[in-house]
Amino acid sequence: MEKFVSHTGTAVPLRRSNVDTDQIIPAVYLKRVTRSGFEDGLFAAWRADADFILNRPERAGASVLIAGPDFGTGSSREHAVWALQNYGFKTVISARFADIFRGNSLKGGLLTVVLPQETVEQLWAATEADPATTVTVDLDAREVRCGDLVAPFEIDDYTRWRLMEGLDDIGLTLRNVSAVDEFETHRPSFKPVTLPA
Amino acid sequence: MTATHAAPVQPLTLAEKIWEAHVVRRAAGEPDLLYIDMHFIHEVTSAQAFDGLRLAGRPVRRPDLTIATEDHNTPTLEIDKPIADPVSRVQIETLRNNCAEFGVRLHSLGDANQGVVHVIGPQLGLTQPGMTIVCGDSHTSTHGAFGAMAFGIGTSEVEHVLATQTLPLKPFKTMAVNVTGSLRPGVSAKDVILAVIAQIGTGGGQGYVIEYRGQAIRELSMEGRMTVCNMSIEAGARAGLIAPDDTTYAYLKDRAHAPQGSDWDDALAYWSTLRTDEGASFDTEITIDADALTPFVTWGTNPGQGSPLGDSVPDPAAVEDAGQRAELQRALDYMGLTPGLPLREISVDTVFLGSCTNGRLEDLRAAAEVLKGRKVAEGVRMLVVPGSARVRLEAEAEGLDTVFKEAGAEWRFAGCSMCLGMNPDQLAPGERSASTSNRNFEGRQGKGGRTHLVSPLVAAATAVTGKLAAPSDLLEV
Repeated sequence: MEKFVSHTGTAVPLRRSNVDTDQIIPAVYLKRVTRSGFEDGLFAAWRADADFILNRPERAGASVLIAGPDFGTGSSREHAVWALQNYGFKTVISARFADIFRGNSLKGGLLTVVLPQETVEQLWAATEADPATTVTVDLDAREVRCGDLVAPFEIDDYTRWRLMEGLDDIGLTLRNVSAVDEFETHRPSFKPVTLPA
Repeated sequence: MTATHAAPVQPLTLAEKIWEAHVVRRAAGEPDLLYIDMHFIHEVTSAQAFDGLRLAGRPVRRPDLTIATEDHNTPTLEIDKPIADPVSRVQIETLRNNCAEFGVRLHSLGDANQGVVHVIGPQLGLTQPGMTIVCGDSHTSTHGAFGAMAFGIGTSEVEHVLATQTLPLKPFKTMAVNVTGSLRPGVSAKDVILAVIAQIGTGGGQGYVIEYRGQAIRELSMEGRMTVCNMSIEAGARAGLIAPDDTTYAYLKDRAHAPQGSDWDDALAYWSTLRTDEGASFDTEITIDADALTPFVTWGTNPGQGSPLGDSVPDPAAVEDAGQRAELQRALDYMGLTPGLPLREISVDTVFLGSCTNGRLEDLRAAAEVLKGRKVAEGVRMLVVPGSARVRLEAEAEGLDTVFKEAGAEWRFAGCSMCLGMNPDQLAPGERSASTSNRNFEGRQGKGGRTHLVSPLVAAATAVTGKLAAPSDLLEV
């Protein structure tokens, strides 16, 4: 996984709430068996509208998505994270994320940042006033900066460390594989198995 | 769940008990490492996970605690022929190859145990009280109906479980949803959960595991309990569960993977401890009066946008907050609905009966009861898609297929089908459905499609009248 320490880029203001993962990437785009190439499916239905914010020329190359509350609700599809990353987004800011989407994003190195809705509104206003405005998401300092605005955000130490080091979760767990071995010795015989012993 | 529950004397909620029984490793400043008792797999969210294992040279740690099926992409017609869509075909072939390579048991199309992953798990008896169960699908919460801690995960986590049979997780908060009183005739589990979601909102359950409690929940069959737990995710909750009781044990007894002989007695002794202790406290509690519930339908583009069938389409002008007003207007524009229109006057083109929410035998029976001797309205297409191949066989043994076919409905093979429209079962742009599935998101059932979420009873009555209706409306016809 790519390390995330700090990122600065231009932004896309997505003034919509309850953006579910079917909007982020519709199911018909989920048939690929790779982790790449999902950018075409990102917000596919909305992008059919030439005026949709992502289609505007001044938003080309933007890497910070600033969305309304309850972003990523619905399906657990990690393809939603891949589609955002494949398109070029490094980070998403919202007042509230759905649990599974948030988990997926932080596993995959797409930093999801929770800021109060008032701060999201300030960021929307700044990037709408001037699309060239850059937003910095600094994981090391745990703050978002945009012009004079400095907004601290919370993220637990463990997740921050894992993202800043770009560490693979499975590798970390396998360091403790003896604890798993030990746990399995206590498994009751009444619990089901799917294969004959 | 809070950190304070570690003290042994403290009463625990059911969710906390299951969690504590599965902690492999706990270290300060780190998530708990939780053991996973059962891992369900399907074709859409697993391919990249198996790829990851291959790249790292890792095996599946416990293929005996893993099971796969094909459901999201599968056709519901002519299943004996090769899948027409080449991309869907590759995805399914990829699953078959991965399962063969890594030694995972797979219930393929054509197998009596193939079907929607959340229907086959309970049907096989693989879903049992007190287990931790995961699947790369948000509706894994369904299995919580048995008093299991079951939740959806992403593909990175699928890979993690395949490799380690564990997941690093921070404990969920706990919420009690008390459903007091008894449901009236014609009101079902689907109406309960749609009313709960309308009350707490699509984000109201965020970070929580919900325990459904109260007389109306106890009175539900296992099928009904699965319907309730299934849609916990639509309220934003990671999981939903219901304490096991005699209804649960009766459902499980003698299923293929249920414990046998003395194991059954041991299991029963353990399962009977799986209830929230007297005096345990939930982080949040809400109460719903079952006696006051009536059939519930959605009119908007998220599952929280629903109302009793007797109501009308809400008016954005009555909403004070500008953001919420715009959001409501946007939903009505997409749905093509006018404020003030009685919900019973909404005409539909398609009725979909099926999915992990309402594709079980009891759901088909309820709808068939309404359709018996009646006809699907002119110009309305009704798709009946059993949740599994076995549900289809059982329904046919009871003659339900004949009832559906005589009414003019299409009797299909099992799969996720029009719930998410990954296979050819889709709405055309502008088409409107009454659907027993779980999501009314924009385009969910096909680009430009408009979805009203309903119970199987409402779906059947709607098929007859062509407009959103309850079975009680049919008496007047």
